This record gives sequence, C-alpha cells and structure tokens, in this order.
Amino acid sequence: MCGIAGIYDTNCLGQEQRMTVLNMLELLKHRGPDGVGVYSDNNVILGHARLSIIDLNTGKQPIHNEDQSIWVSFNGEIFNYIELRHELTGRGHTFYTQSDTEVIVHLYEEYGEAFVEHLNGQFAIALWDKKLKKLMLVRDRVGILPLYYYKDRNKFLFASEIKGIIPALDKRPSLNPSALDQLMTFWSPVSPETIFKNIFEVSPGMMMVIQNGRVREKKYWDWLRENDGEYFEDSEERLAEQLHDLLLDATKLRLRSDVPVGAYLSGGLDSSVLVSLIHHYGGVPLRTFSIGFEEDALDESKYQKEMIDHLSTEHSQITCRNIDIEQNFNETIWHTESPILRTAPVPMGMLSGLVHEQGYKVVLTGEGSDEVLGGYDIFKEAKIRQFWARFPNSHVRPLLLKRLYPYLDISKGQGQKYLQNFYGVGLDNVDVPYFAHIPRWTTTARCKEFFSDNLRCQLNDDALEVMQKSYPEMLSHCKPFERWQYIESKSLMSGYLLSSQGDRMLMSHSVEGRFPFLDHRVIEFANRLHPKYKMKVLNEKYLLKKAMKQYLPPSIIKRYKQPYRAPDIPSFFTKGNSSYVDELLSPDRIKAYGYFDSKRVELLLKKIKQGRAISYKDNMTFVALLSTQAWHDLFIDSYTRSEQSIVPCSIRS
Amino acid sequence: MTVKAKVRTYVLENYLFTDDQSALNDDDSFMKLGIIDSTGILEIISYLEEELGIQVEDDEMTPENLDSIENIIAFVSRKSVVSST
Repeated sequence: MCGIAGIYDTNCLGQEQRMTVLNMLELLKHRGPDGVGVYSDNNVILGHARLSIIDLNTGKQPIHNEDQSIWVSFNGEIFNYIELRHELTGRGHTFYTQSDTEVIVHLYEEYGEAFVEHLNGQFAIALWDKKLKKLMLVRDRVGILPLYYYKDRNKFLFASEIKGIIPALDKRPSLNPSALDQLMTFWSPVSPETIFKNIFEVSPGMMMVIQNGRVREKKYWDWLRENDGEYFEDSEERLAEQLHDLLLDATKLRLRSDVPVGAYLSGGLDSSVLVSLIHHYGGVPLRTFSIGFEEDALDESKYQKEMIDHLSTEHSQITCRNIDIEQNFNETIWHTESPILRTAPVPMGMLSGLVHEQGYKVVLTGEGSDEVLGGYDIFKEAKIRQFWARFPNSHVRPLLLKRLYPYLDISKGQGQKYLQNFYGVGLDNVDVPYFAHIPRWTTTARCKEFFSDNLRCQLNDDALEVMQKSYPEMLSHCKPFERWQYIESKSLMSGYLLSSQGDRMLMSHSVEGRFPFLDHRVIEFANRLHPKYKMKVLNEKYLLKKAMKQYLPPSIIKRYKQPYRAPDIPSFFTKGNSSYVDELLSPDRIKAYGYFDSKRVELLLKKIKQGRAISYKDNMTFVALLSTQAWHDLFIDSYTRSEQSIVPCSIRS
Repeated sequence: MTVKAKVRTYVLENYLFTDDQSALNDDDSFMKLGIIDSTGILEIISYLEEELGIQVEDDEMTPENLDSIENIIAFVSRKSVVSST
C-alpha cells in the first residue's frame, strides 16, 4: 500500500507543478515511507510514495507498459496478480517488474476501461493513457482505499488523502456545511461529498475518466444482487461449505506478500475466523495483535486469550489507557481528516503502531463480515422492530429488545421502557429502505442541536433527502434485510469504518490492512444468500458460524457480540481537567471557528465536569464537538498560520 | 428556589443546554421530544437521589414518574416533603 497524488491539466505542466506534486507526496509520507517516484509529461504528473510489500527490489512506481505509452500510479494490492500475469504473458505481454501493479497497464492494453473488472483487490488507481491523453481514476469496489480529487477551470488534482491535495490549492480550504450536517446524522458525508468544500472522493466501485478537460463517471460495481438474480437453492450444508471455501481462498490470496503478514485478533467471531483459516492453511507462522482496555466492560482480552491458546499464536497486545486516548486524539484527527463521533479510531492507531514497532507491514483484519454476512445489532434491532410494528401496542414484542443488550448498564428494571421508546421511533416507517437506521440516525442527529445559527443558515439541503437520492433505483426491489445491509455498507462501513477507523489508522503507522470478508466474490456470494442464512431469527451470521464450527471453540461461536468501543468522555478527564479540551472548546475558540453555539457548549462542558454526563448521546456530542474543533485547527487555521500549507501533526512525546 | 424551578433548570441546562425557560413546557414528554435517551435516564435518577435526597426504587423508574417536569414533581412530592418557598 502507498500514497498517490497528481495533477492533470489541459495546459502545459512544468517544473513548478512537479514541485507541487512532490509537496503533495511529502504530506503522504506516512503511507509510503519507502521512497518516492514521479512521472510527468505536458498534461499529467503522476506521483507515488511507496510502502514496499510485493517486489521489494524492482517494483518502484509509477509503472509503465512495453512502449511507455501507458503509466500507472497505484495504491493497493491486486491479490490475483499471479493468475493475471500468467494470462497476460500468455497473450504476449512483456513484464519488467515482479510487482502486482504492472498487471494493470497490460490489462488496460487488453481490455481498455474494463480492465478493472478483472482485478481482485483493494485499490486506488491513477492510470494515464498518453496517446489518448486520458486519465482514469479508479477506486475499489467497497472503498477500502481512499482517493480524493479537486477540480476547477484550471486544474484537476487528486491524492490518496485530502491533506495531499491541500498544498496544491490556491486558497484556504473550508468546511462543507452540508457534509457536517450529513456526518452528524449518518456518520459520514454522503459520497462523493467530503467535509472539505469542493473536494470530493471517487466513490467506491467508480471509475472517473478525465479527457480533453471533461470528466465522466462510470460505476463498474455495486453492492446488490444482480437484476432478478435468484437466491441459491442449495442445501444449507452445501452453502456453508461454499462459504468456507471462498473465505479460505480469499484469505490465502491475501497472504501473498514478500514481507511477513500478521492478523488482528479482537476475540470476536470474525477475527477468530480469519486467524483459524490462516492457521489451517498453514503456510505462514501466525502472528496476532490486539488491543486491551483499562475499562473492564470494553476489554475483550479474555476471548483473545482463548483464541491465542487454541491456536498457539504468537501474540502481542497493547493496553489502551484512558489517558492514551487524550494524548493521541489530536494526531488521530490529523489522520482521519474529519470530525468523528467516538474515540474508537484512537486505539486502532495505537494498534497499528504496535504492529509497525514489531516490524510488520501487513495485517489481515475482519471488517466487513457484519455487513456482508448479517452481523450487526442494527440488523437484529430492525428485525425486532419489524416484528413489533405489526402490533405496535404489544407489550410483549418489544421485550425481545432486552435480549439484545444484556451488557448495557440498564439492569435496573424499567430501563426497558426507555429502550422501547428509543427503538419504537419510526415503527410506522417499516417500508423505508433506511428503517434499520432510524434510531441510530435520530440519536446522532441530536449533536446538531449545538450548531450555531450561522452554520444552520448555510444548510441548504435536507440530509435525509440527499441520502435517499443517492440510492440506486434497484434498492426498492430488494428484501428489507438486504436494503439495510446496502445502506450500512455505503454509509457506516465505507464512510467511517473503513476510512477513519480503518485505512487512516492503519496508514498512520505505515501498515496495510487486508480484508478477506470484503473479497468481492465473498460479497457476491453472500448477496445471493437468502437473508435467513445471514440472520436466522435473531442468530446473526448464521451461515458463517455453521461454516466455521469445526475450527472454533464453542465459547467464541456462542459469544455475545460485543461491539468495539473505546471510552469517550472519561478519556479526557482522568486528571480532572484537560487543558486540551479547555483550549479547543473555550468560548473564544468556539466563537472564532463559528460552527457551534458557545453557550450550549459551555453548559455541556459544565455538565461533563460535574461528572454528570454518562449518556451515549452526551459522549457522542462531546467527541463530535472536540474533533470538529481539532479538525479546524489542523486543516483550516494551520493553513493560514503556515503560509499556505499545513503542518503534519506528530505524536507528542 | 422552588423544587420545580430547580428541576426545570437542571433539565434545561443538562439536556437542552439552554437557560431559556420557554424551551420546555412542564408537560412536555422527554421521550417524545427525544431529549433523554435510555442512558440519560440514569442521570436524572442520580440527580434526584443526590440533590433531592429521594430514593428511586427499581419499579419506580417509569415514564409515569420521570418523563416530564410535571411527572417528576408529582413523584417527588409523593416521596418527600416539598418546600415551595
């Protein structure tokens, strides 16, 4: 994995723009600490910052085809590169490196823009066809790797992270108010918007073609069962077997590397599945990594230990103390480039730091399983609510909700009524595609009560309408469960989990993550499973558990799903007071940045300092406010202070 | 300050984050307005116990007792002697 950046222009590019690209790459150094390469001609400059994983000796980028008429700068991995290379050499192509990257230019020679359909991998690609003067920007199917762009009349810029684009802008970046409104509802802006005005992302599954100064887009893949695709009719046993085989193959492919590969082991079902598959495949020594927490309720160490003993892995763990979260928060926001709604990314950054320290560059990790195979509580909740909605006045039906949250601290009797009320929201809206998401979005949206009048004035569109407009028409033909999965994958998963909590935290310490559950063949297979195989009544990831039963200790299979969480408010007030918080949330700063109402913020802070803020909502609001202020300081304010650039934030020692 | 005024201020400042008295009516349902979530209710109970010296039993943690200013005041009066000066 690496960092890419570049410029396209219909006018003549020269030395000055080459310098600009080098400046852009400089800010992406954490993604590619092993060296830099640039290709340039009159109309395009492709830049690359390398993290060497495959072909350590000759895989330097950008890479070209036989006659140097096609060039690529690539961030990611193509896991089926060996098979593709074999096919391409069979068709007469000549390779000059051992890298996976090189298959791209030759595939393009064979198939044109359709080359991407042949790739099994995770990627952000900038491909330049010199003869046609055509630039193609492509992002992988689900958004594992990032790719952003900016365009105006004079130029087109792109980079792996937004911080890579900022040095090439002519003016100070600014907040996109609608995007903040969307983030504080859906946990991320609706693609292709970002939190930065006029900077966009290439959406997952999308190819952008820039030619003659014009831009066109084509979607090459989406997360939906093909039109009128039938559900599989095979027996449950046969399907479990197929799922197992697919996952095993997806895992094997992702072990291809010239450097050692490790795995994240949370103690939950998904990482345990992966680690078991790696163990049974047997090709590599098994090295696992995990986080432990100070707070008992969040700590999963006991289950991690079970898997470690079960498979005799060599394991390293880092313990995240509350104070670590405070100390690493600012740097985390530097890497997320975005406000966040909980502190969970911070320990993920610490974890990749541990991996890096131990000399590893690659880890396999279990994200995506919940979205693909039906794991989230949000899906369970939705099923219960659907069941309840048939008889909204029932007292008995909502009691099922209690089964969902035995670990939540509402053991005192009538907390039930309040849970019911929370989940009862939108019961009359069973048919809308986002039915499953109503409770979460409603709670999150309460953060917006803190918006300043000034910010509110700048909101021209309704977040929910924008979200709905982004759905493909086909979504309404899908079963409810599938609609919920689609929305979850598009909003929370690609917009937050894979980015702020995933790629950004991995790359902060130059570590590449690989996601077997997000192998597109696994997704396509799962999309043709009847929903009952994903959630059998309320048993989540039913088929996955069946497929992996032989490998895992029963306690892991039976284990109650514990969502990954890190402490929020408590992290900042371990010593009673936090000068970091006091500074960023001071009335002066709040007013200076203009996003929030300073009186409300003062009252929230007062409540927090009195030790009264224990609700989920207050914790989320606090993190949202603090991270937005930190974001503005790092990306907007600092631009002015440092004379048109931004300064990388590094760990406080 | 009357108990009712105290409770109103507490709710306004800690759940609506405002001191504008007109932002909340005595009979407004906290649940319906989404002011208090399921974990927030524990905060109110702590407040009643700490500031007003009330003991809230498990079976008293109901919307009937806690879901509006009116309900809380009625509940508090039942549980203790209320000074209204």
